[in-house]
Formats: sequence, structure tokens, C-alpha cells
Amino acid sequence: MNGRLLRLAEAERPALSFRFDGEDLVALDGDTVLSAILIHKPRLRQAEFGPEGRAGFCLMGACQDCWIWQEDGPRLRACSTPLRAGMRLRSAPAGDWPA
Amino acid sequence: MTRVLIVGAGPAGIRAAETLVKAGLRPVIVDEAARAGGQIYRRPPEGFRRTARTLYGSEAAKAEHLHATFDALVTAGQVEHLPEHSVFALRNGVAHATGPNGLLRLPYDRLILSTGATDRVVPVPGWQSAGVYTLGAAQIALKAQGMALGRRIVLAGSGPLLTLVAAQLVKAGAGVAAVLDTSSYSDQMWGAAGMAAARPWVTLRGLRMRAGLGRLYHAGVRLERIETDANGPVALHWQDARGRWHETPCDAVAMGWHLRAETQLADLAGARFQWSADWAQWLPQTDALGRAGPELYLAGDGVRILGADGAERAGTLAAHAVLEDLGQPASGTAALLRRAARLDRFARAMARAFPWPGAQVRALPDATVLCRCEGITAGELRGTVPMAGAEANRVKSLARVGMGRCQGRYCQLAAAELIAGQAGCAVAQVGRLRGQPPVRPVPIAALLDAPEG
Ligand code: FES
Repeated sequence: MNGRLLRLAEAERPALSFRFDGEDLVALDGDTVLSAILIHKPRLRQAEFGPEGRAGFCLMGACQDCWIWQEDGPRLRACSTPLRAGMRLRSAPAGDWPA
Repeated sequence: MTRVLIVGAGPAGIRAAETLVKAGLRPVIVDEAARAGGQIYRRPPEGFRRTARTLYGSEAAKAEHLHATFDALVTAGQVEHLPEHSVFALRNGVAHATGPNGLLRLPYDRLILSTGATDRVVPVPGWQSAGVYTLGAAQIALKAQGMALGRRIVLAGSGPLLTLVAAQLVKAGAGVAAVLDTSSYSDQMWGAAGMAAARPWVTLRGLRMRAGLGRLYHAGVRLERIETDANGPVALHWQDARGRWHETPCDAVAMGWHLRAETQLADLAGARFQWSADWAQWLPQTDALGRAGPELYLAGDGVRILGADGAERAGTLAAHAVLEDLGQPASGTAALLRRAARLDRFARAMARAFPWPGAQVRALPDATVLCRCEGITAGELRGTVPMAGAEANRVKSLARVGMGRCQGRYCQLAAAELIAGQAGCAVAQVGRLRGQPPVRPVPIAALLDAPEG
């Protein structure tokens, strides 16, 4: 499967590169972290209590399904965090970073 | 000067702020979004180019007016706007918020809560998978990001948002595979009669939008399960009103059954709650203007699900209540109340047209995930009822339903329905999950760094 989300409009924005699980990806300025990842991938992370993947649910900061990790620094809520160039994101905690 | 704090910069919060400013106050308004507007009038980030007409359709003029009103207040320095801040606790006249720069203490004399609503959802087997979203999420993806949640999307549930989101997606060129309404035509006809009596044009617009969906739309549907593979949904299995089975291939599902008032801060602030049969949920009690307690005022969909027009009125009325209580009454209250009563009649008829699917919830198989946060199933919850009794908070402590990171926002109504089904009582008797701070997750580090207070 390719990305989960599909761009229908507003494609004329500057490109930003970022990194997700060690892979270099490109999205657009104004994308949220969630959009930027899900344009390329089917999920943001694996569920902690089941076998399924997770890709957010409410997109409005209410369900907390979309928390992911950074290579260094705190976790972030992907649906309400704007993408910044050079972000280094992860679907799972890095090394001994506390979940 | 009296310090008025407004939480939520949607239609209600913005009109409340505007009204207070006219009376010479300078309110502080906290909001989670980067740009004010709320959900229905949500604004895309800077640099997006679609017109208001494209984004908000028939409501474009209202959205633009609301945004312009707020921007003017901010530019003139008449309100203090704190975007990207979440209030997570209220204590002794101080709101505690997290934001981009850590914690913030916001002392206030009067508090207006206009916290809006989220989708009201019920579990459908398979809904824990990636690629299952709320209807609100489908709308936010489209409006704020110009994106569709998938290439073949099934929209399911009931309520005004179902038709609206479907029509908006079709218009934007998204692949909509089916629009499945669990409300029957007969429920909808009864409701529509009441809606048309209160607001004929709005009702007609909704019916026309629905007609535009043509054969994509089905009423009186029963959702059986979302079939998934390792990546996400592959099909939705459902039964039509005549009992025939269908399997609709899809790669995304968006669902919602009207709205659920976001009441957790009202709970922390001490509002009293009552079960509302019309909206099938617990709602805070207020007087006609929105007074919910000493120095506490509630407005918008967080109190009554009246939609954006109702929220604008309610915001103005809550500000009138504040001003009245400060001894400087505003004019025009009576006319606003008359208009609000009409919106209320409309909204109640609408809630009847798109009812909560209680029977569908009670019939869920035991293996269905009920709590999406922690993977707790309907069967696990049912198993605790004999020990805990039919009381929501005791079942919560045994089954952990409502303790996950969404804090029960998306499972508590279905959980109450299941408990009632198991115990053979009415949902209202099961009680209500008590709100607990923090009502939004707060990084532990932020709390440790925080000064005492
Ligand atoms: S998707 Fe619900 S909080 Fe991000």
C-alpha cells in the first residue's frame, strides 16, 4: 500500500524534507506531521494493546491516537503539530527514551 | 478590570469575546488551534489558497464574518488570544494550560467555557484499525489540509455531518464508496417535519444536499464489521433496510453519530449534569443565558448541540450574562433568546431524526474492541458488570474503560449503553464518568518544571 492520505488540493506550497523511521521523505509547508507521514505511509505507529496499526482518529487533538516520537526530544501529537523542515520522527521510541 | 477567561475560540467563544469587548472589557481567550474559528469554521494554515466559498459552501459569509471579527479584535489589542494552548485543569479561580512554551497559569474572575463538541462514535468491529476515522476527521483533512483520508472512503453513522462531509468530499473529487446512515427513513421523516417547522430553508438545503448523493446514500443500515488487513480497512460489511447483505470495498472509513458535547472542563468547574434524552448524553445544566454556577458560564456545542448558528447566539448570551452579573446589562437579550429558542427546537428535532444507535451497541459481539486506547473489548466490560454493578465509575475502575489516553471521550457513551444492556436498566441510571484533571495529557516534565500553584 502507498500512502493512506491523498492530496486533492493546495499542492502549490513549498516542499519540506523530513525523516521518518530513518527514511528521507518530502511533504509540503503547512502539512501537519500526521499528513506528512500518511501521504507516504499507511500508519503512524503500531498499537500498544493490539496487533493493528494506528493512523490517528479524530484529527482534532481529542483522541490522542496520533502520538509519535522524535529521534531526540519529547513525543508529539501528530495531528496538531505542523511539520518543520528537518524533523526526525519515529513510529516507536528511540533506544531508552521513555515512552 | 474584571478578568474574563474564555476557553475555546469557535463561534461561541468569538461572539462572547466580541460582546465583552463592546462593553469595555478585555477578555483572554485560550484555544487549542493555531488559528481561531473552531471546527466547523476551521481555517487552513497560512499560505493555503482555496476560497471561503470552496471551504465553507453556503456558510462562507458567516465563516468570513466570524474570522474577520476575531482578527480585528486581536489586531486592535482588545482581546488577548492564546492560540495552541490547552487548558487541562481548573482550580481556585486559576486555569492551568499547556502551550508551546510550557505551562501557563491563567487567573480569572469569570469563566466562559465554549469547548465545542467531538464526534459521537460507537464501536464497530474492526474500528481500532489504522484508516478508521471520525467524520470530523474527514472534514478536517479536507478543509485544513486539502486531503482525502483514502481513495475509496465509506462514510457511516448518522447526523447532519454525515451528509455534509459526503457532499463536500464528492465535490472536492474524493472517492466516496458509500454513505451509510443507520437512521431509518421513518425516524428521519419525523425529525425532518420538526426541523422544517423551525428552519425550513436549512432543512431544505440539507435534503437537497442529501439528494445530490444519489445512489451512494443508504438509510436504515446496520453496520456489521470493518474488514481489515495489516494496513487497514479493505471492506465494510453491512445490511440494508430490507435485510440484504452488502460488502463495500474501501481503504478508509469515517464514522460518527451526530456530536458529543465536550464537557470535561465544565465538570471540573463544578457544573451540574443531567441526562438528556434528546441528545442521549449527559449535559451540563445552565439557565437560559448559560449560567452554570458562580462565575461560570457555558456556551455552544459543549452545552447543547445546536450547531454553529446556535453557538454564535449562545456565546453572545453568555457574555450578556457576565455583563448582567457585573451590573452593566447589555441590550437585546430578549430578542436573542427568542431566536435561540427556535434553534433549540430545530436541534432537538434533528437529534430525533438521527438517533443514537443504542440497539446496535447493545448487540455488539463480545470480541469487539470498545476502548480504542487500550484495546478493551465489549466482552471484558460486560464481564465486570456483575462484580461492579451497573455504575459507570465502578465499571471504569475494574475494566479500565474510560481510563485510556482519550479519557473516555470516544468510549464512554457506548460503555454506558453496554452496561445498561447487561444490567437491564436505562442508560441514564448507569451514571456519568466524572471528569478528572488533567483533561488533556500533560508531559510529566512540564509538571515537574512548573512553579507551585
Ligand atoms: S488524531 Fe486524535 S489527537 Fe491526533
